[in-house]
Amino acid sequence: MHSPSQTSQQRTSLWLDAWIKLRKNRMALFGFAVLATLCVVSLLTPWIAPYNYEEQDLMLGATPPSAAHWLGTDIFGRDMLTRVMYGGRVSLMVGFVATAVALVIGILWGAIAGFIGGRVDAIMMRIVDIMYALPFMIFIVLLMVVFGRNILLLFVAIGAVEWLTMARIVRSQVMALRKQEFIEAAYSMGLSRWAIIRRHIIPNTLGPVIVYTTLTIPSVMLLEAFLSFLGLGIQPPESSWGLLINYGVETMEEYPWLLIFPGITLSLTLFALNFLGDGLRDALDPRASRD
Amino acid sequence: MHLTQELQGTDMALLDVKDLKVFFHTRNGVVKAVDEVSFSVDKGETLAIVGESGSGKSVTCYSLLDLLPKPPAVIEGGTANFDGEDLLACSSDRMRQLRGNHIAMIFQDPMTSLNPFLTIGEQLIEPLIYHPDTTLRLSRKAARTEAINLLNEVGIINADTRFDSYPHEFSGGMRQRAMIAMALINKPRLLICDEPTTALDVTIQAQILKLIKQLQKTRDVAVIFISHDLGVVAGIADNVLVMCEGKTQEQNTTKEVFNNCTSAYTKKLLSAIPKGAKVKASDAQAGSTLIKVNHVKTYFRDFSSSSDVLVKAVDDVSLDIKKGEIFGLVGESGSGKSTLGRSILQLTPMTSGSVIYSGTDLCALKPSQLLPWRPKLQMIFQDPYASLNPRMTVYETLAEPLLYHAVANKKTVAQQVQKLMDAVGLDRSSVLKYPHEFSGGQRQRIAIGRAIATNPEFIVADEPVSALDVTIQAQILELILDLVKQRNLTMLFISHDLSVVRSICDRVAVMQHGKLVEQGNTETIWAIPKMPYTQELLQAIPTADLKR
Repeated sequence: MHSPSQTSQQRTSLWLDAWIKLRKNRMALFGFAVLATLCVVSLLTPWIAPYNYEEQDLMLGATPPSAAHWLGTDIFGRDMLTRVMYGGRVSLMVGFVATAVALVIGILWGAIAGFIGGRVDAIMMRIVDIMYALPFMIFIVLLMVVFGRNILLLFVAIGAVEWLTMARIVRSQVMALRKQEFIEAAYSMGLSRWAIIRRHIIPNTLGPVIVYTTLTIPSVMLLEAFLSFLGLGIQPPESSWGLLINYGVETMEEYPWLLIFPGITLSLTLFALNFLGDGLRDALDPRASRD
Repeated sequence: MHLTQELQGTDMALLDVKDLKVFFHTRNGVVKAVDEVSFSVDKGETLAIVGESGSGKSVTCYSLLDLLPKPPAVIEGGTANFDGEDLLACSSDRMRQLRGNHIAMIFQDPMTSLNPFLTIGEQLIEPLIYHPDTTLRLSRKAARTEAINLLNEVGIINADTRFDSYPHEFSGGMRQRAMIAMALINKPRLLICDEPTTALDVTIQAQILKLIKQLQKTRDVAVIFISHDLGVVAGIADNVLVMCEGKTQEQNTTKEVFNNCTSAYTKKLLSAIPKGAKVKASDAQAGSTLIKVNHVKTYFRDFSSSSDVLVKAVDDVSLDIKKGEIFGLVGESGSGKSTLGRSILQLTPMTSGSVIYSGTDLCALKPSQLLPWRPKLQMIFQDPYASLNPRMTVYETLAEPLLYHAVANKKTVAQQVQKLMDAVGLDRSSVLKYPHEFSGGQRQRIAIGRAIATNPEFIVADEPVSALDVTIQAQILELILDLVKQRNLTMLFISHDLSVVRSICDRVAVMQHGKLVEQGNTETIWAIPKMPYTQELLQAIPTADLKR
């Protein structure tokens, strides 16, 4: 027979409970499935893409969707499906990696500033203010000039900008939490500051953080498109969803499929992220209803 | 009144509620919040509705004013005749008129029921200058005069200058007075008070109760007074309705309820009121001193004022706590009793003084040096809703100190947690639940379990039962007494409730404005209070004794 103590040890974590709850949330599961599919396809693209992404067929030019080219071709006769698949590699990577960078820095920075408070908080938040005030474009251009253009730098640059808002959100949450009695109880229990931040503070800031994260990922993807458009990010013939959409907008009237398909893919990702984000937020809040 | 009765030809009171039924339709089934409750109140009468939280006493009154969220609430039946009109059947427009002009309500928390962005005066004259009936609208100037008169009537000193103050500039008692003024501004005929004194100190409570009683006489209004505290009710109500789980348990005149109550539930409520002294005084009286508090001062900088004024929260307090005793610390809110408790545990930095704990000066230790002392010095907090991490199960909450201080290892921790749950009277099977799934009393048990997990020697209990119903309070006090005895604990018990303190403390100290006013054996202080402040506190205690 199972003793209750054993099961309790296995089941009694916020994350495990969250996973159990998430599995019951259909919309969240749908979002998770869509994202997973997109990621797998992106990973396998070099092997499963129907064409080469830079192979041009100038004689063919822009054609609407057909049996040979499911999503049509662009003005250079390049297969859109292939380009969307390759674009996904860049966009998803930028979206997740840059957001992850922003998350880690932002949560730690905000939690430490908010928790310690006083002078440390003042200095840390003034740094954030200075970063905010720094013109973003100049910052990126400087980075590119100094280190040369490469995709990793792009992640760092975007992450370095996006963590600022995250830090502010987390800080305000932590400031409110810090005065709560269960934090004081943790102090009186003799927990170290780091243990209190890790075990009591951060889990309680997750709700707004998750919501903000789901908003950050698409905005990061669009930021990449903007930088690429200015010639600071990805360059054609390489592609990303944002870049494809930007070029699609230019030829929207003659060749709408050049805009529609990358647009649909990006929107689908966005929807999936929001469903998953909402599901995660509810799952990680034990007070939310159990069904 | 007699005239109208004759005219109507019936024996109808101002408000006559018959067989009121309010059900909540939730996912987990139907909850019968109010089940066939009948009562009536007449002009100049006070009816008290008494019950524990969840008994349906507030729902009863909210349903009369159409203030319940519908759904899930559904009024399933009954009538509520207010001066010949059925409140449950009238349109929402009519209800709005009634609410503003004929029936008024006072809520428990005067801070959250006032708009912090408007002055008290502005909020007070609002119903007068925006009266729905344009012929009754007053000019701003006339409204101001009337409002100031009213503020005077409810006992606000310097009413004409206080008129322009903001709610945060008022003390709790003054805010409640302002709330009463707001309720009375349109001269209602029925006043519903929902636990109006629960958030207030005992002396302020006595003043507010007196005020309500006096206003009722001069204005001849009917009052429904909702409370969980039979002691409070005794002095003010003509009739009492005791509710439990939506049902009427007892309904009679106040005198009868207190002297010859018939229902078992009322008896239970009455017996739960702490009265009398501690049954068995602990034999630690002659014991050695565990904690010596020497001239402790804790000052804060007052950020709300522009000048660098120091708030002297604790001002030169010295006391000794002996091993094995429960030492009571009483005072009103703002007296510095909680700050003193936190300062002793070094949770709030002290300005000067020392705290000697079995020979070691805790103040001289650095925060990192204090960590090994923490398991021995624990704290129980007032609000069991705020003192537990909402994202941790009971298991995690209780296991954390055990593992962190190596009281248990990974193998034994589950067993230790179960032992703790048994010790504080929690069901083992609820180990995986989160705090929000428990009632207030159960949560306080969890918090107590966490405090005793590391086998502490000294516990500061900061108002541990103030947020609880009276029957639950009695159970928690009993648990605390048992644990103190079994585990040989020493406790500093902070409370504003003198009856509670008397029932469990061996010695007691009284604080006012950061200073220690008086200290001594509990019974000595109760019998012969030396200082005028102590006498005032003792007199303000509401008792279930009708003779007072």
